Parts: sequence; structure tokens; C-alpha cells
Amino acid sequence: MNVDSLKKGIVIDHIKAGSCMDIYKYLELDKMDCSVAIIKNAKSNAMGKKDIIKVEGLLDIDLDVLGFIDCNITVNIIDNGNIIEKKKLTMPEIIRNVVSCKNPRCITSIERGIEQVFKLTDKEQHTYRCVYCEQKYEQK
Amino acid sequence: MKHIITPLDLSIKEMDSYLDLADRIMAAPKKFSHVCDGKKLATLFYEPSTRTRLSFEAAMLNLGGSVLGFSSSESSSATKGENVADTIRVISSFADICAIRHPKEGAPMVAAQYSKIPVVNAGDGGHQHPTQTLTDILTIRALKGRLQGLTVGLCGDLKFGRTAHSLITTLARYANIRFVLISPLELKIPDYIRDTTLIQKNIPFQEVERLENIIGDLDVLYMTRVQRERFFNEEDYVRLKDSYILDMAKMNLAKKDMIVLHPLPRVNEIATEVDQDPRAVYFEQVQYGVYIRMALIMKLLEVDDIER
Repeated sequence: MNVDSLKKGIVIDHIKAGSCMDIYKYLELDKMDCSVAIIKNAKSNAMGKKDIIKVEGLLDIDLDVLGFIDCNITVNIIDNGNIIEKKKLTMPEIIRNVVSCKNPRCITSIERGIEQVFKLTDKEQHTYRCVYCEQKYEQK
Repeated sequence: MKHIITPLDLSIKEMDSYLDLADRIMAAPKKFSHVCDGKKLATLFYEPSTRTRLSFEAAMLNLGGSVLGFSSSESSSATKGENVADTIRVISSFADICAIRHPKEGAPMVAAQYSKIPVVNAGDGGHQHPTQTLTDILTIRALKGRLQGLTVGLCGDLKFGRTAHSLITTLARYANIRFVLISPLELKIPDYIRDTTLIQKNIPFQEVERLENIIGDLDVLYMTRVQRERFFNEEDYVRLKDSYILDMAKMNLAKKDMIVLHPLPRVNEIATEVDQDPRAVYFEQVQYGVYIRMALIMKLLEVDDIER
């Protein structure tokens, strides 16, 4: 499968196969006007299969969201057809309004206007917990 | 300005200073009877409570202050749909300090984010209950003489039992503490306590289902009630409510100097025959609760220097 190279934009590479639509949703790419190419199950020497997202025209994305989902993802910034920067991802200490707490006993289930805030509590296990009720966020 | 939302909002040093102040109050309560003259405590109780609310109110009245508030969500604007953030903004104009109990976990943290006055968590759902923990550790320190080197058994509903969560979190910071967690499989401690408080910090603990097998090892036994209000399903409550009943037959297997605590209310998890045993200290514990809340109010209102 061929997708034309970007002149200017972002390539999100080394996405775990099957996760690209989660990233599409978290980055709210559906709300943008620019062209977005989603490549599923591309061959990868390192990963076997991987997903890739290419976003045309955009040079700035929320790296915290990507770090939260999977900090092994690589982000390449493209300008004039060349990679001008490779962004390194880290797991953010805090994420705001990216995911919601699923605990029906949590105040976030009823309080209007509240921010959804999760805190990294175990880096090795990649554990994020709701700051209000401490329920673990279960990634798919 | 300080809020008390979880027990970890106080360092061990701060907590010790609260306990020391409570000791001083206990020794001479009259000396403190006017230190909060003109100050007001708001008690915002969205969930029923007898002990905690009255204990807070008694504490403020003992200090010369006054109290206002509500004792159920039905008697507040919550029934009109007002959220916690708006309520606390308003209450901040009426009072100098507030204690909030709410059925939803994290509600006091939300209140603290919008409050202009110190907020104290008086129990949030099945999550935390830091002032009960201050009560518990004041009781343990007064009656056992130490908070280190204890084997502490917690028995009953450890899943939704907020008093148990706060007590484990707090005692885990003291040296040579060992926990024995006694509960049915369905009511074991939540993973945030097991993973982040016990396993990550290498605190020794064991999880067992039978109280009589381990009661002889314990220095402190903390009994809890299986709480009907935490269950979405009545059948589960009925099945689990009588999982543990502490009676004299079990007490006879315990050490002579073990103490039995309970945050109250008790339903039937402690047989009334145990009340006569000198090791049953749960009614004394209630009195310690008033002293520590007096100390807490003074510390948060920064009036603790007046008596010295």
C-alpha cells in the first residue's frame, strides 16, 4: 500500500497494531480539516506489524496524550519533505481530560464541569489512577 | 491554608504534632474552651452520620466556636442540582472551616479546589476517612504507648471500608508495622492500597479469611461493619453482612493486651458480650475522636499557639 510522502506535517509511527483508531480519537483528529492517512497493520521489522498515522499540515500535537497511550510511539515532524525533528515521548505525570474515570462511585460521575485528571502512580506497570477516587485506568 | 483530604496530607511530623496537641487538650480541656471564640465550623453532610458530625460539632463547641450546616443531601441545595464546587464557594463566605461528608469518592478534593476556607474530608464514599484515622491512631498511641512495631489486624469490609483504607495508609508510614487483612474474598482491600501502599513500600501483610486463626498474633484488632449503603446489590450485602462476628470465644484466643477498635456504628460484627472486656476500647475511641478533632480545628485555623 502506498501513501504519498508528506511535504509538511506529522508522522506518528511505531503504533502498536490495532491502536491507531484510539490515537485518532484521543488526538481528536476527526475534528480537524487536514488530510489524515491511517495505515493499519503495516509490516515492521521490529514489531512484526504496526500502525502509522500521517497528518498533513499539522506541526503540533499533544505529546502527553501519545506518551500516555504508548511512549514507544515515534513522532516525526516533516517539513519540505524532510524529517526536521524526532520527538521523544515520555509518560506524563498528569493527564487532563484525555480519558474519563469509569468508577460510578467517583465524584467525576456526577459533578458538572469537573476536569478528568489521572496521575502516573507506577511507571513500570504504566499505571494511571484517578486523582479523585484513585481507581486505576484500564487501557484496552 | 491547609486541607485534609487524605491522611497523607499530613507528614508524620505534623501528625505527631496534632496528636501531641490532642494530648494537651485531653489533659486540660478547659484551657482551650475559648481559643475559637467567634469562629464557625460548617458541617456539610451529604450522607447520614451520627458520630462524625456530632464529634466535629462537639469539638468546635468545646473550643468556643459555633457550628452551622446540614445533615443530609435532602436538606441541602444538592436536591436542586447544585454541584459541590458551587456549594463550597458559597459556604466559604459563611464559615471559617468546613467538614464535608459525601457519598461520592473525591468530593472533598473537589471542594478543596474551590474553597477559600480549610476543607476536612469527613468521609468520601468508600474511599478515605482521615479524621477517623487520626482518632484511631490517637487511641492506639494512648493505649498501646506506641505506633511502631505493631501487628494490626483489620477485619470485615476492607473493600469499601474507608476507615480501613485511611488507617492502613497512615500506619504504613511507621516502622515495623505488620498488617493482617481479614475479609471475605469479595471484600478484600482495593488494589490502590495493596499495590501503592503495601507492595511498593514492602510493608509485610497477609490476607486471610478466618479471624480465629490469627487473632492470637494481633496487638490491635480493627473491626469494621459491612456497609449496606456501599452495595449496589442487596443480595450481595445480605450474603456478606455476617461474615465476621467477634465474640468472647474468639477474644479468649487473643493476647491479654490486644485492643479492639471499631469506627462505629456497630451492627452485629461485635457481640455485645465483648463490650465488658477491658480490651474493647471502641467507646473510649469516640472520646479520643473529639479531642483529635479539637486539635485538628485549632491547627487548621492556626490558633494552636494561644494556650502555650
